[in-house]
Amino acid sequence: MVEEEKNLRVVRCGGSELNFRRAVFSADSKYIFCVSGDFIKVYSTATEECVHILQGHRQLVTGIQLNPNNHLQLYSCSFDGTIKLWDYIDGILIKTFIVGRKLHALFTLACAEDSVFVIINKEKPDIFQLVSLKLPRSSSQEIEAKELSFVLDYINQSPKCIAFGNEGQYVAAVRDFYLSVYFFKKKTTSRFTLSSSRNKKHAKNNFTCVACHPKEDCIATGHKDGKIRLWRNFDDEKKYTYTCLHWHHDLVMDLAFSVTGSSLLSGGRESVLVEWREATEKNKEFLPRLGAAIVHISVSPAGDLFCTSHSDNKIIIIHRNLEASAVIQGLVKDSNIFTGLMIDPRTKALVLNGKPGHLQFYSLQSDKQLYNLDIIQQEYINDYGLIQIELTKAAFGCYGSWLATVEQRQEKETELELQMKLWMYNKKTQGFVLNTKINMPHEDHITDLCFCNAEKSENPTLVTASRDGHFKVWILTDDSDIYRKAVGWTCDFVGSYHKYQATNCCFSEDGSLLAVSFEEIVTIWDSETWELKCTFCQRAGKIRHLCFGRLTCSKYLLGATENGILCCWNLLSCALEWSAKLSVRVMEPDPNSENVAAVSQSPVGSDLFVFKPSEPRPLYIQKNISREEVQWGVFVPRDVPESFTSEAYQWLNRSQFYFLTKSQSLLTFSTTSPEEKLTPTSKQLLAEESLPTTPFYFILGKHRQQQQDEKLNKALENELVQLPLTENIPAISELLQTPAHVLPSASFLCSMFVNSLLLSTKTESAEEVPDDADMEEEKESDDSDEENNFTEEVQDTNTTDLGEDIIHQLSKSEEKELRKLRKVDYSWIAAL
Amino acid sequence: MLAAGEEGIVDSPGMGEFKVHRVRFFNYVPSGIRCVAYNDQSNRLAVSRTDGTVEIYNLSANYFQEKFFSGHESRATEALCWAKGQRLFSAGLNGEIIEYDLQALNIKYAMDAFGGPIWSMAASPSGSQLLVGCEDGSVKLFQVTPEKIQFERNFDRQKSRILSLSWHPSGTHVAAGSIDYISVFDVKSENWLMDSFGDETDFNLLGSAIHKMLVDRQYMGVSKRKCIIWGVAFLSDGTVISVDSAGKVQFWDSATGTLVKNHLIANADVQSIAVSDQEDSFVVGTAEGTVFHFQLVSVTSNSSEKQWVRTKPFQHHTHDVRAVAHSPTALISGGTDTHLVIRPLMEKVEVKNYDAALRKITFPHRRLVSCAKKRQLLLFQFAHHLELWRLGSTVATGKNGDTLPLSKDADHLLHLKAKGPENIICSCISPCGSWIAYSTTSRFFLYRLSHEHDNISLQRVSKMPAFLRSALQILFSEDSTKLFVASNQGSLHVIRLLEGSFKHLHTFQPQSGTVESMCLLAVSPDGNWLAASGTSAGVHVYSVKHLKLHCTVPAYNFPVTALAIAPNTNNLVIAHSDQQVFEYSIPDKQYTEWSRTIQKQGFHHLWLQRDTPITHISFHPKRPMHILLHDAYMFCIIDKSLPLPNDKTLLYNPLPPTNESDVIRRRTAHAFKISKIYKPLLFMELLDERTLVAVERPLDDIIAQLPPPIKKKKFGT
Repeated sequence: MVEEEKNLRVVRCGGSELNFRRAVFSADSKYIFCVSGDFIKVYSTATEECVHILQGHRQLVTGIQLNPNNHLQLYSCSFDGTIKLWDYIDGILIKTFIVGRKLHALFTLACAEDSVFVIINKEKPDIFQLVSLKLPRSSSQEIEAKELSFVLDYINQSPKCIAFGNEGQYVAAVRDFYLSVYFFKKKTTSRFTLSSSRNKKHAKNNFTCVACHPKEDCIATGHKDGKIRLWRNFDDEKKYTYTCLHWHHDLVMDLAFSVTGSSLLSGGRESVLVEWREATEKNKEFLPRLGAAIVHISVSPAGDLFCTSHSDNKIIIIHRNLEASAVIQGLVKDSNIFTGLMIDPRTKALVLNGKPGHLQFYSLQSDKQLYNLDIIQQEYINDYGLIQIELTKAAFGCYGSWLATVEQRQEKETELELQMKLWMYNKKTQGFVLNTKINMPHEDHITDLCFCNAEKSENPTLVTASRDGHFKVWILTDDSDIYRKAVGWTCDFVGSYHKYQATNCCFSEDGSLLAVSFEEIVTIWDSETWELKCTFCQRAGKIRHLCFGRLTCSKYLLGATENGILCCWNLLSCALEWSAKLSVRVMEPDPNSENVAAVSQSPVGSDLFVFKPSEPRPLYIQKNISREEVQWGVFVPRDVPESFTSEAYQWLNRSQFYFLTKSQSLLTFSTTSPEEKLTPTSKQLLAEESLPTTPFYFILGKHRQQQQDEKLNKALENELVQLPLTENIPAISELLQTPAHVLPSASFLCSMFVNSLLLSTKTESAEEVPDDADMEEEKESDDSDEENNFTEEVQDTNTTDLGEDIIHQLSKSEEKELRKLRKVDYSWIAAL
Repeated sequence: MLAAGEEGIVDSPGMGEFKVHRVRFFNYVPSGIRCVAYNDQSNRLAVSRTDGTVEIYNLSANYFQEKFFSGHESRATEALCWAKGQRLFSAGLNGEIIEYDLQALNIKYAMDAFGGPIWSMAASPSGSQLLVGCEDGSVKLFQVTPEKIQFERNFDRQKSRILSLSWHPSGTHVAAGSIDYISVFDVKSENWLMDSFGDETDFNLLGSAIHKMLVDRQYMGVSKRKCIIWGVAFLSDGTVISVDSAGKVQFWDSATGTLVKNHLIANADVQSIAVSDQEDSFVVGTAEGTVFHFQLVSVTSNSSEKQWVRTKPFQHHTHDVRAVAHSPTALISGGTDTHLVIRPLMEKVEVKNYDAALRKITFPHRRLVSCAKKRQLLLFQFAHHLELWRLGSTVATGKNGDTLPLSKDADHLLHLKAKGPENIICSCISPCGSWIAYSTTSRFFLYRLSHEHDNISLQRVSKMPAFLRSALQILFSEDSTKLFVASNQGSLHVIRLLEGSFKHLHTFQPQSGTVESMCLLAVSPDGNWLAASGTSAGVHVYSVKHLKLHCTVPAYNFPVTALAIAPNTNNLVIAHSDQQVFEYSIPDKQYTEWSRTIQKQGFHHLWLQRDTPITHISFHPKRPMHILLHDAYMFCIIDKSLPLPNDKTLLYNPLPPTNESDVIRRRTAHAFKISKIYKPLLFMELLDERTLVAVERPLDDIIAQLPPPIKKKKFGT
């Protein structure tokens, strides 16, 4: 891997909203497209898998539409001022139209051949216009498109408030209390206003969304009071008429007509998809319990599928007969994050609050939710003003075999409901099972909890600190009775310090010491005897964060106070080693090194400091990592260590730092393009998926590759017959992919084909790609498939790294091992 | 606030100077509406109620109820229709077809159809034929002759009762709704034309197939016992629309007998349907109290294909909507909850003025209460009885606006049950409280009341003369010595009352050539003048002394709603249905100066926008400049000495604070002093100089006495 020291930059790392805009189905309903931050994701409707990520926009993608003239192409628009045309099957960017203005939404029409409609904003921030944009024809990749013609003014920026009807003869737009309909032929606008008087009956008449009947002149509008109005005769401002459908009790969030127009779908906060058949009030069907508010509804052009986007970042694909068939779940961002960011030691998944009452396990690598753990185990009632049970704290212990959670509900000042649950990992079910439930573990809010994660500790230990002035030590004891063998958690020790509120607790790395902070004072306890060893008090405000140093720095204890002082105590000398003025919001130790990351808050933004407890000078400073307040951060260990040679980036070698801002965007640092952080599925997958499993497939397909891997594992000496990776041989792919009518004669090809199947000492020769334009292009937009790169690299080492004394070809695992060895950070030796 | 049925004495804060008896024990319940029929030519609406009463509303004259025909116990009207221009027919469960005389305000004739109870009736589009559907399944065709109707022929008898009938606009075919099926038949060949009974198609001798369109009994997945076709409508393109007890509105193709479209609109019966003349919209009423409007809209703007779409629902009723009508500009509905609701169609209204507002008519536009001032007695008129009450009294005094406790409760003195099956048309108690007169359609009753302390005894005056058979209006003179009776032949009888007997003095015959009946009477307090008014011609003033016609007030376009003659000046005050008030000096035979001034300046626009007519006018004995009048929602004192309000001034003027100086009070005051405390107000009268009596009938009390409505689950309850 070429080591280029680029600037470290803050990137979004997945977890973007999937529900930002309506999802779009492909014409054959095989794929579903949805915007996700700066990308467009292509999911398979059958398997829920992400097939492609279309990358290229530099800012938030705000709209996607199928190209009405070629339904294998997709248009997208973004805040970066471009419209891009994609071939979604291959994931290729075909064209870029540069508009140069922030585009808020995109609409395409079959009848308007070379123009699309976009929403732009005028100089004033909240005045939006619908304009038609002519897309010039040109063969070049990047085309300027500046020919705008105005259609409608003062519209709502949301694309839900615009709908085109009757094959593009008119466009309907809603905003506040009026509906405007612009007729393209007549070039007139009709406007219908609902009474918006302050009396109670009409107080919530606001329009929320609009949809047009595909066959008839009928406009459906959703309203804030839950009504759906069906407008007809709207080409006459006097004779217009509407009818009401009312089932929703809260606002109608989206509406969609089925392809034939025979039914109308509506959804809202009730989390129920309502199908109004024949648009009549009495004939309706429901799909209830969808989990979260329905934000968007879309219908596949083939008419066999619907999909709903939900406020918990989920897309549900629904069959025509109202049966949910697939769920695409992103990172849930619906609720407040109380638990902070955690890493599940087993799956390396990011763990945080998910759906109300749930803990979500989210894979950062594949940008998808692994599973939800229901902690509170109560039906969630979505009602305004209802005080819910909140999951406030969670911690993993003993290498992921225990999980402690705290939930609380406080209706009045004096009525606190508190519950602590301890979950054990069950290997059989591969999930957490509730082991112990402790009602009211403390008298007041639990402020912190931590497990003793020392390797040698034979007994799992948990410490909870509470505002009631105590900290409690819980240990796992035998809870067997005559019926079964069981273990359970009991309280072992209760400690306090002069009736101060306990604010933080922390175990040292070896588990021998426990630090508990009582407001301004830090107390150190011996974990064997629960004896108070010493106290530190700096009179610099209440302690907000507390952590022990690791590895070589384990003799240090760090404490950050509310008054903006960061202190470091030496536990050997029991004295303050150093202190610095830093208003720390987040302080996270790296589990794999002695580095500690601290994020401070200043009026202009948040700054990151990485330092070692042993020295007050920070290793690395990154100013202004986010304009917003950073709420949580976490170090995620890397599977494969990076090898940054530059001293400033060495802290990122073994772990990656993720942080969550107040607006709940999950960010991280990267030197390379953010695309590499996500492992997209290989591009060949698609072509291979469609291959039938014929004998030929077994020769050429992936199957072979797998077999080969196994073989390689067995035979290190590489004496066995080894077939080259057929998929990389251009001769074969050329033979198979070129249309038959342009192929040269078989006799000409035969020798080439057979040659290619022969073993060659220099595989590289086969690697040389002939000058094929298509291949080139594919390479350009290649999503750097790690697997592929990897094999490529193996071959590189074979030929170029002659100096290294390695056997001709190594197994993958060995190679990995070696690379790890090479990249292990030995810098800690220097510190000793 | 006092509970209903009690009587309170309250200082009226609006006027400042009166003690008010607030009467809430008049338990009047209007009867439910059964049929409505709209006449396009005269813009009049005929409404029949469940007690057999038929009312005629003049929609041009501010929806004034100008005529009514009192009911009859055995004459439950099931169908009402206009035919041959402006002739009104009704048919009912007694099996009779009745024609009403709209001039003389009586029943012209009743004819038995000999088919058992009649459930439906329809006039042919030309108006020359009348079709009735009977209990025994027969459909009978009558020819409307200038004088009567003539039975023409019977159609093929069906299996069960014919509940609804509709003519094709060309007059060639008729659709009939029965139980579980609709039949379409040809009028000329008098054969059932079709019958879409699936495979069972048989042919008769004339070659026209007999069909029935079978209606699905299914109701929300549950099979009901029967599906009653409550209404059918035949459109000119051959579509038959049916409404039924399963809550469906169905569209049938009469040519093939197939169901075209089905709208399930209610969980209960859909009971009525009415189509507009242009056939571009229709209205249906359901048992849930909802009225649905359907409109014919084009599918797309550039195609001629049209479809029926349910548009707006209107929930103005609490109970069954038994009848609907579709005027060119409004939807009219009425039902068990006794309201007549006129809901204008905004898209058909040219100017959005007050005429285009929703109207809800609940109370009759005539007086049901009369009052004997001297003895503080109130006579309440019900459909079949009269009630006499003595007002309570109090000794307490209080500030303005106080509710005073009663020292003596109101007494129910008398419950006078009317004899016979007929409803009471009108009643009156003499000012002295010793005579009570009432009349039904065929009989006139006069009673003598004798008061001995608190006890009363009642004695009927027998031997009424033959000409006194029925009366439209009865009035006693101020000194209770004369009785004036407006009979429905258009004549006015003057009768002198003696102790226990009476003597016929004179009969004012109607003007030659007119047969219009007088329905409003007023007599001057000195007893010299009698004013009488019919529904359309002007007000006639008779001299009682000379027993001859004195003069006729020039005719005005709108009907008279109330009349009164002022004491001393003998000015006749006339209120019209367009809310105009005239003052006419009887001695001078011309309008007074004040009346001319107010006509010149015009009434305040809010005054003209009131939607109930003035039903009673009276005068203050000590303040000749005051005119007291009221409608159902306000009570007003017009002070002629004060300047008239113009459109810029506040009409509903709150009483200026008493602490303001007289100058300011003078400046802000205008002639109209309006109090809206008492509503709905059925009657208000001055008992003496300082006492008023107000009879209220709260709508909630009426609803409480109606049968319970269909229970509907309401969200959030």
